[in-house]
Order: sequence, then structure tokens, then C-alpha cells
Amino acid sequence: MSAAELKHTSHSSSSEAATSELRPPFRNNVGSTVWMLAKREWIRFFRQRNRVVAAVGQPIFFWLLFGTGLHSAFRSGGQDFMTYYLPGTFALIVLFTAIFTTISVIEDRKEGFLQNVLVAPVPRWTIALGKILGGGAIAFVQALAFVALTLATGNLGFSPALLGIVAALAIASLALTALGFMFAWPMDSTQGFHAVMSLVLLPMWLLSGAFFPIPPPTAGSGVGQVAMHWLMRCNPMSYLVSCLRHMMLSPSSGGLASNSEVANYWLPSLTVSWLVSIVFLVVTFVGAWMIVLRPAKGDLK
Amino acid sequence: MWQPRVHAPVTNATSGREGHSAVGETTCDVIADHLAHYFPQQTYRSNEVTLSTTLPALVASSIRYRYDASHALDGLDLSVASGDIFALLGPNGSGKTTLFRLISTLAMIQEGEISVFGHSVRKQRAAVRSLLGVVFQNPSLDPKLTVEENIRCQAALYGISGQDLRKRIQAVSEQLGLEERLATPTEKLSGGLKRRAELAKGILHQPKLLLLDEPSTGLDPASRLDLWHAIQQLRTESGVTVLLTTHLLEEADKADRIAILDRGAVVAEGPPAELRASLGNQVLSIRSTNMNAVIAWLEEHSVPCQKLSDQILVSIPNAMDIVAPLSKQMGDLIQSITLGQPSLEDVFIAKTGHRFWKYDASVSA
Repeated sequence: MSAAELKHTSHSSSSEAATSELRPPFRNNVGSTVWMLAKREWIRFFRQRNRVVAAVGQPIFFWLLFGTGLHSAFRSGGQDFMTYYLPGTFALIVLFTAIFTTISVIEDRKEGFLQNVLVAPVPRWTIALGKILGGGAIAFVQALAFVALTLATGNLGFSPALLGIVAALAIASLALTALGFMFAWPMDSTQGFHAVMSLVLLPMWLLSGAFFPIPPPTAGSGVGQVAMHWLMRCNPMSYLVSCLRHMMLSPSSGGLASNSEVANYWLPSLTVSWLVSIVFLVVTFVGAWMIVLRPAKGDLK
Repeated sequence: MWQPRVHAPVTNATSGREGHSAVGETTCDVIADHLAHYFPQQTYRSNEVTLSTTLPALVASSIRYRYDASHALDGLDLSVASGDIFALLGPNGSGKTTLFRLISTLAMIQEGEISVFGHSVRKQRAAVRSLLGVVFQNPSLDPKLTVEENIRCQAALYGISGQDLRKRIQAVSEQLGLEERLATPTEKLSGGLKRRAELAKGILHQPKLLLLDEPSTGLDPASRLDLWHAIQQLRTESGVTVLLTTHLLEEADKADRIAILDRGAVVAEGPPAELRASLGNQVLSIRSTNMNAVIAWLEEHSVPCQKLSDQILVSIPNAMDIVAPLSKQMGDLIQSITLGQPSLEDVFIAKTGHRFWKYDASVSA
């Protein structure tokens, strides 16, 4: 290259040309990075046999254990606990898988893999998107496997509502993975994440109406019951569970129970449940996008 | 085959955001001043920049970086010529890794300016990242993936795919002797092979500047030799500039040039042989039961010396000439006198006044 070719001036045209030359010569690396990060989550999942066994076995175990064990103690309009607990089991599957996949953010940082991505010419949000799509897809497919199982056992029937259930599971998978990512990104130890899991994520599930109904406040309700009601009502996961419950309880979904049977506890309408769930998805995605732009202390380790 | 291109800086200054294509938005004034500092014979002006193809690979000027109350880098200046294997030598805590993080864009520059082939690290992060290959001290391989899968992950970060990717994987695996290991999970590789796989990732996109942070850490002597052979071969075959950090004196000795860092600043810089020669051709190391008496004798005879905690160093031309009179007059106090060629540690001691590994050993000259 001659000296003349290397001469640049401040004129807009030549500056523009020089600017284009200065751009990284890597094309489509945003898409390929997101795909790589998502695909890697899958490869890692299937190469860790314990995770696969736990992912398949745990929800079935919980469903059978709690469903049968608490059957006699549960009273809700004649509904048995296995039926009541089914939407909660789906929420649990999605939540646990989301937790375990987002822990990989901390592992990636400790193993040095993340540093490698941080010094590559890709925007940081690609990391969030890749991890959430990958982790969310694992949670979603796992939930679908449980859908197939409940269809086979007759606990869920074939109906148009099934499509809604699948859509709600997709939203829940992505939103909860994004939420887990938000907690995992700033952390530099998995122990810290377990503390968050115990203090925030599991209580979110317990207070979502998944395990026991949301108590309706009445004139004679104590402070505790009112507080519990509003706590559960403000929990976005209550609306994800409510979405599933509405569709699973719908007579068109196989007539597991009628809506009159849920009159004894508070349940938001299906429309409200969908709206809040979608807003929750958007908020967690925006939160994950914003948090990933901030340097974490673990970046420099 | 794609080759990273080096261009002169352009002139429109706009701000860039982390992670986005913050390129083409520079700062000729900063970089022009920057280059003029190191290459005063050339003229750099903000509205008309003429650069030769021999742009330095890296220029760092007046870099200061603080961690809370302590200075990790304290006014560091450095220039690395294109095509060199350049070693940053310094004990732990000298600022090597901090400088490495600043160059690799992992940490934000607090004060000063760094440019990579004329591109500002502060303002053209995406452009700089595209020119860099980075191999960290800690492994960055995914242990659950095979060597090839790890390389493919790296390729995705740079948008390399298809036939081009296959060719590159073949080329780097041949170059680094990994052809037989591509299907092996990285958790099953030896330390030396892991380092090679890291190197393969680092050079896959054909960077112009390869950063290696303590590349020999955790390797046995044979693997170290092996790695150095690979680095030198890379430079010869690909023309890549290599900047590595090390605390191993023998490793630094293999570089074309070294910069010795101490407490966040460069205390000496040049080819290893030249740095050693600056101390003369001989170094005397004297151990004595009464060091103060020996130092008094040396001062009386106008012989400059340095006192360490356990010995006295004399690094002057023809140092051997003082051995006979010293032995004759101070023989009772002398435990041993060792005569040798100056080492890089001697250079370090001469420049800093303390041993490479011991900050508390003060020197009286």
C-alpha cells in the first residue's frame, strides 16, 4: 500500500470512506454469537448427565410426592391437589431449569469463557440474548416434555387451550431465564446465587398460587392474610401460574375442573394474566439488557 | 483469506458506546499527539494525517490506573513495534495484568491513552477488539466442549463460518499440532495442549496483535519450550505482533524486546542483550560476614555497588579486576565472590534498587 493510499483527509466523503474501512471486518457476528451462546447451553446441558436426569425426574417426583401426599389435606371446591398442583409443577420445571442455566453465567465467568466473549468485537447484549434464548429453550422443551407426559396420563386433554398453554410456557421460560440472568450477571460466586435462589426465586414460586391458593381478603381477614394476599398479588409469577391454571382448568382443555371450583380463592382473569406475563417478559428482557452493559466485578478476574 | 487491515485514524470525533461499533469516530488530535510523542520526525495533523505502513502495533502513553487507594499503573509509557515479540517483565503486582486488561478493553482507561495500530482503545473499542487476539492467563476453554467446538465458538464471535472456517480450523490446528486433538474434550487435554488450544482460538481470526498473559503459567519446562516454538513460528509465518506478560526471566529473554515493569512504570526497555550489556560484561556477587565493611572498601576505591539483603552486587566493566585486591584486603570477611554475565534480574536490580521478588531488600549505592 502506497503512502498516498494511506492519506486521509477530514473531508466528509473521504472520512466516510475511511470510517467504513475502519469498521471491524467481521460480518454477521452478532447473529452467530447469539446462536453460538444459545447452542452451547444445549450442548453443555446434554453433556452433564446429572442435569438431564434431575431435569426430567425432579418435577415428576415433586408432582407425585406433593400431589398424592397432600391430597387428603387439600380442600378447594372438590378439586384434588394433583390437579390443583399441575400448573405449579409446570412453573417449578421452568423456574428450576432457568435457575440452573443462568448459573452457567457465573461458571462461564469463573472458567474464563466469558472474558473471551467480552474482548471480542460483539455488543454485550448478545451475551444476554444468547444465554436467555439458550437457557429459555431448555426450560421450554423440558416443560413440553412434561406436557406430553400429562397428556399421556390423561391429566391434560387435547384441546385448543393446549396452544395457549404452550405459549404461556414459552413466555414463562424466557422471562424466568432473563430474571435469573439479571441476578447471576453481577455475581462472582455460585454460593451467592444460591442465596438469591433461596431468598427470592423459590419464595416467588411458593407465593404464586402454585402450591396453595392466594387467600382472598375479606372483612374478617387479619393483617397477615391481607399482607399475604397483596404479596402474592404483586408477584408476577402469580400471573404466569394463573395463565396456566385458567387454560388447564378450562372445560375445553379436557374438563379437569370447572371455573366454579376456583371461586374460593383469588385468581386474576385470563386477560390480566396474559398482559402481566407479557409485561413481565419485556421488563426482564430490558433488565437483562441493561445489566449486561454494566461491568461486573468478576470481569477482571 | 481475510487479513486484518491497518488504517490511518480518521478525523470525525463522536462518542462510542461499549459493545457497539464505535469505530471511525476518532480523535486525530489525541492520536496525532500520541504518535508525535514517539515519532517526532514525522508530522501528524488532525485534518490531514499521513502515516507510513510501519505504524507501531501499540503505543501507551502516561497510563495511570488506580484500584481504590493503590496505583497499579503510574505514568506508564510504552511502544511496541509491528512484528515484534515483546515481553512485559515484572514481578507480581508490577502492573502487567492491569496493562493487559486495559489493552484488551476489559478495563476502562482512567488516565492516559493507548492505541493499537493507530486506533484508540478508549474510543474505538470495537475496531481495537477486531485487531486483537487475546489469550488469558486463566484458561478460557469450555471444558465440556471439544477442541474444535471451542474453536468454533471463537469463530462465531468473529462471524467466521462455512468453508472459510473449515480452512482456518485446518490451518491453525496444523500450525499448532492439534490435528489429532480436534475431537478431544478440552477437559481431557494436558496443560501444554490446552495452552495450544487457547492459542489456536487466539489466532483464528488472524489478529494483528496477539496478547498473551503469562502464557507459560502452569506448564512444565518441555511444554514451555513447545509453546515458545509455536509463538515464534506464528510470528514468522503470520507476521503477528506478540505482546506477552511474564514474571519468568528466562521467558522474557526469548523476546525481541522487553520492558521491565516495576510498581506500575517501565524502568527499562530494549532488546534483552542490550539491557544486559548496559551493565557491563561482568557482574560480581559478593557475600560477606560484614557487608558494611566491604561496601566501605568498595566506596573507598570508587567502585559503585548495590547492597541487597544477603549480598553486594558490583556491575561495572572489567569487574574481575577488583577480585584480587578485594580478596587480599578483605579476605577474612568474604564468604564468596561469584563472577558472571549480567542477567535480566541484575538489570532489574540495577534499575529498581531491589530484587525481582523482594521489595523489602533496599539498596545502598
